[in-house]
Amino acid sequence: MTTTTDLVSYEDALASYDPVMGLEVHVELGTKTKMFCGCSTELGAEPNSQTCPVCLGLPGALPVVNATGVESAIRIGLALNCEIAEWCRFARKNYFYPDMPKNFQTSQYDEPIAFNGYLDVQLEDGETFRVEIERAHMEEDTGKSTHVGGATGRIHGASHSLLDYNRAGIPLIEIVTKPIEGAGERAPEVAKAYVRELRELIKALGVSEARMEQGQMRCDVNLSLRPHGREKFGTRSETKNVNSLRSVERAARFEIQRHAAVLNSGGTIIQETRHFHEDTGSTTSGRVKEEAEDYRYFPEPDLVPVAPTREWVEEIRASLPELPLVRRNRLVADWGISATDMQAILNAGALELIVATIDAGADAASARKWWMGELARSANESGRTLDELAITPEQVARVSELVSKGDLNDKLARQVIEGVLAGEGTPDEVVDKRGLKVVSDDSALGTAVDEAIAGNPGIADKIRGGKVAAAGALVGAVMKATRGQADAARVKELILEKLGVSEG
Amino acid sequence: MTDTVNIIKLTAAEIAARIASGDLTAVEVTEAHLARIEAVDEKVHAFLHVDREGALAQARAVDEKRERGEKLGPLAGVPLALKDIFTTEGIPTTVGSKILEGWIPPYDATLTKRLKAADVVILGKTNMDEFAMGSSTENSAYGPTGNPWDLTRIPGGSGGGSSAALASYEAPLAIGTDTGGSIRQPASVTGTVGVKPTYGAVSRYGMVAFSSSLDQGGPCARTVLDAALLHEVIAGHDPLDSTSIDAPVPPVVEAARNGSVDGMRVGVVKQFRGEGYQAGVIQRFDESVALLKELGAEIVELDCPSFDLALSAYYLIAPSECSSNLARFDGLRYGVRTGDDGTHSAEEVTSLTREAGFGPEVKRRIMLGTYALSSGYYDAYYGSAQKVRTLITRDFEKAFEQVDVIVSPTTPTTAFPIGERADDPMAMYLADLCTIPTNLAGNAAMSLPCGLAPEDNLPVGLQIIAPALKDDRLYKVGAAVEAAFVERWGHPLLEEAPSL
Amino acid sequence: MPGITREEVAHLARLARLELKPEELDHFAGQLDDIIGAVARVSEVADQDVPPTSHPLPLTNVMRADEVRPSLTPVQALSGAPAQEQQRFKVPQILGED
Ligand SMILES: [Mg+2]
Ligand SMILES: [Zn+2]
Repeated sequence: MTTTTDLVSYEDALASYDPVMGLEVHVELGTKTKMFCGCSTELGAEPNSQTCPVCLGLPGALPVVNATGVESAIRIGLALNCEIAEWCRFARKNYFYPDMPKNFQTSQYDEPIAFNGYLDVQLEDGETFRVEIERAHMEEDTGKSTHVGGATGRIHGASHSLLDYNRAGIPLIEIVTKPIEGAGERAPEVAKAYVRELRELIKALGVSEARMEQGQMRCDVNLSLRPHGREKFGTRSETKNVNSLRSVERAARFEIQRHAAVLNSGGTIIQETRHFHEDTGSTTSGRVKEEAEDYRYFPEPDLVPVAPTREWVEEIRASLPELPLVRRNRLVADWGISATDMQAILNAGALELIVATIDAGADAASARKWWMGELARSANESGRTLDELAITPEQVARVSELVSKGDLNDKLARQVIEGVLAGEGTPDEVVDKRGLKVVSDDSALGTAVDEAIAGNPGIADKIRGGKVAAAGALVGAVMKATRGQADAARVKELILEKLGVSEG
Repeated sequence: MTDTVNIIKLTAAEIAARIASGDLTAVEVTEAHLARIEAVDEKVHAFLHVDREGALAQARAVDEKRERGEKLGPLAGVPLALKDIFTTEGIPTTVGSKILEGWIPPYDATLTKRLKAADVVILGKTNMDEFAMGSSTENSAYGPTGNPWDLTRIPGGSGGGSSAALASYEAPLAIGTDTGGSIRQPASVTGTVGVKPTYGAVSRYGMVAFSSSLDQGGPCARTVLDAALLHEVIAGHDPLDSTSIDAPVPPVVEAARNGSVDGMRVGVVKQFRGEGYQAGVIQRFDESVALLKELGAEIVELDCPSFDLALSAYYLIAPSECSSNLARFDGLRYGVRTGDDGTHSAEEVTSLTREAGFGPEVKRRIMLGTYALSSGYYDAYYGSAQKVRTLITRDFEKAFEQVDVIVSPTTPTTAFPIGERADDPMAMYLADLCTIPTNLAGNAAMSLPCGLAPEDNLPVGLQIIAPALKDDRLYKVGAAVEAAFVERWGHPLLEEAPSL
Repeated sequence: MPGITREEVAHLARLARLELKPEELDHFAGQLDDIIGAVARVSEVADQDVPPTSHPLPLTNVMRADEVRPSLTPVQALSGAPAQEQQRFKVPQILGED
């Protein structure tokens, strides 16, 4: 960025001001078809191959509401503890933009399908913060433009743009919080925790995969500051399209520091949209519009009102899965771990993998141990996420089973996992190929034990003399000789036996 | 073989029967109408596009079907003039606008599909006021249409091409759309029959939107029975139109075959007369009321005070919806693009395209609608207009507790000269004074000829209004009135039109 | 009465994306003023406790099942495009946010 922005330190900002946030999250639903037409929503199709008269806005075309889109909106609304409208309408939001074929967005305006809810979110230290939900409403996505002729695909300086309307009309649910007050210095953390909790919720509901990196979930961060003790909100900035959890936190933090700098220097915040830059963690001002937008909303005459029957709403409520926070609290109890442990698991993106590993037969402690230990390390080294690793929860469960049966020890198990990750096959195939079975057969071990005793007479004498702890050195020698495949416990027993001492 | 002159004077019902019996072929019938178009349309200018090859191919298919002994649709082989507001795959659709010049839709409207499925022969696309905004067809970007009764006068609008095609015997059937009277007023001033069905009866899918909550496609014909036969073909539920009625089509053909007003209560609304109504129009209307009484109807006087606000409400609602519906014409995805010379942004090209592509009436209404919806004005204008709409619906409900149908003049005057009201929007808007309340309430109405105004010898239309979903009543009453008038005159009114 | 100014007309034209000529601004200012003046009577009912009617028929819950229907082919979709490139609609430079 060529422009630099004055900032005050985060601590100083918080010493003078109280941040108020509003978060707007757009979620692309995972329906098979678009919100108002039967075109497929499948990703990766060739340009403009998933379009029809409706989503291209051809003259004469008319929309028809996707029932699953409405059902998903109600599911989200109920999971967010919202009231569900008995009767609501779609509206037209009128403004011109090339990625929007009708030059209006079919959206909901003053009659959202869900309103007045809340979402409890958990912070890093396990503390719970309640975020009030203003509304969740249905709308549609726009097409995608590619800018040609400028620098690196940027809109600025482009000679022209190319439009693909495959995404136009994909159902979106926009979820808007009420002003989030009282978070203080933890505001950025609350923002991040909220978006994460919302993402987990959306995934658990099965209405979207909510992959932020694919744009299936996008967040706008509205933020304002007010001096401590003042009730009235300050002027807010709207940072658009902040598309990762980390960025949500950074954007909120940056805006707090920037607002404070402006206010401290006697300036005023202008209400504007801002863009977040991943590379620098900063925001810059969007294009300032000469005239305020006037969307001229009015009820969409081509669609009739949506009036979900109470029976339908209750049916949907009854079909809701266990919600993520409730489930996490249950797992914390079941697994006997702390809230901080759970937070670490969440941060690592390991929760579903651990649960799946347990479902595949592993005990909770070992499932957790492998994913948070060996596998987390491996993922970290290779710069991947856990679910990108070339190992399945079933395979991890199998390794865990081999360990508990005594066929593998931890060291061998690590080698098995390494083999699986390297693409050498299933855990059993790796065990076979690498010959990684624990040797606990006495006749095979006996020779190695004898050789170890013979090779270390001094240590053997110490043991005979009662220093049982010295047996460790002999065990080590045997393990080395057997390249780690010996059953260490049995080796120790054999050594003590042969030297005529008991564990005492 | 019947000669050409006779074929074009046949009704749709007669043509269908003769084709079904083998007395005529669909190709003969189509050729006769194409020849008529060739002969007179240079003067009338009812058509924007004649699909000669397509029509003949469709006609041949009907004849082949008949030869193979396959079942034919009720209007198989009957030619039809389609208003250029319905999309036709592979055939230009302009909506009377420069902005869509040369546009060839990649899809058929539901109505187009139904016509094809019924073996109707589509002759071509008819002229109209641009985007159906107007009452004279003078707002077409492709020049005005003449009224076959007097080519210097307007054929009504917006569906003037369709009404003129019927009145000049270029087609026995036509399709119109009616947002504020665009089927009925053209029918009225050309001495033909036009029906605006109940809102939602005929699918709007593929009908280029003007004002979504008011627009309704419907049949145009020279007789009440023909209109009913066409009504039955085009009406019915369409899952592609969310506002489509999911119920059986009322028995309109049966009603048209059994016309009667005996024992019916017929309402006359106080608000549908007075200043601005031509004397001859009122005279013919009063005669029609007397005729209804003679035929056994009971006449009931009605007061519908909110109707006085109908025109005002309409000129807020229709422009508001149109300002949004027409936003898609931006020169980026289809249609004509203006100003893309490498120096203008997409935003500028859109503004230049719309400036060059829309005519003055369309721009006026877009501006009016943009104003009525803009912040600060919404409640006073759009919001109030929607309240008026409720009041009008209530007035109708109250009226229909007392009567079975309501009658009125269709339009306050006979056909006015081309150019007379061209730059006086308020005067032009008065043409729809009697037709608009029905669009606002969503119920059904018909216009049929009730004589010539003595002062100018031009046709006067009688409007019949029925409650929503009771479209069959229009045909029952219309058929009775039509039969009585034809008996009185000794021939259909259109016989009195000068020959072209 | 409203008294629509030339500036207001220009603002409306910008909202509606119409590059009106100067003489059109004057012409429309007068006409819109007349029309609005004539239709403004609807606000007589603004205070009445009457629900607004947005849809002429009392239909609700018209929805379709989430089932894929055939799309147009890209060739059909682009058939009306004034300009195209790489199977996409080609449009002039967009003055967006950056
Ligand atoms: Mg939105
Ligand atoms: Zn589509």
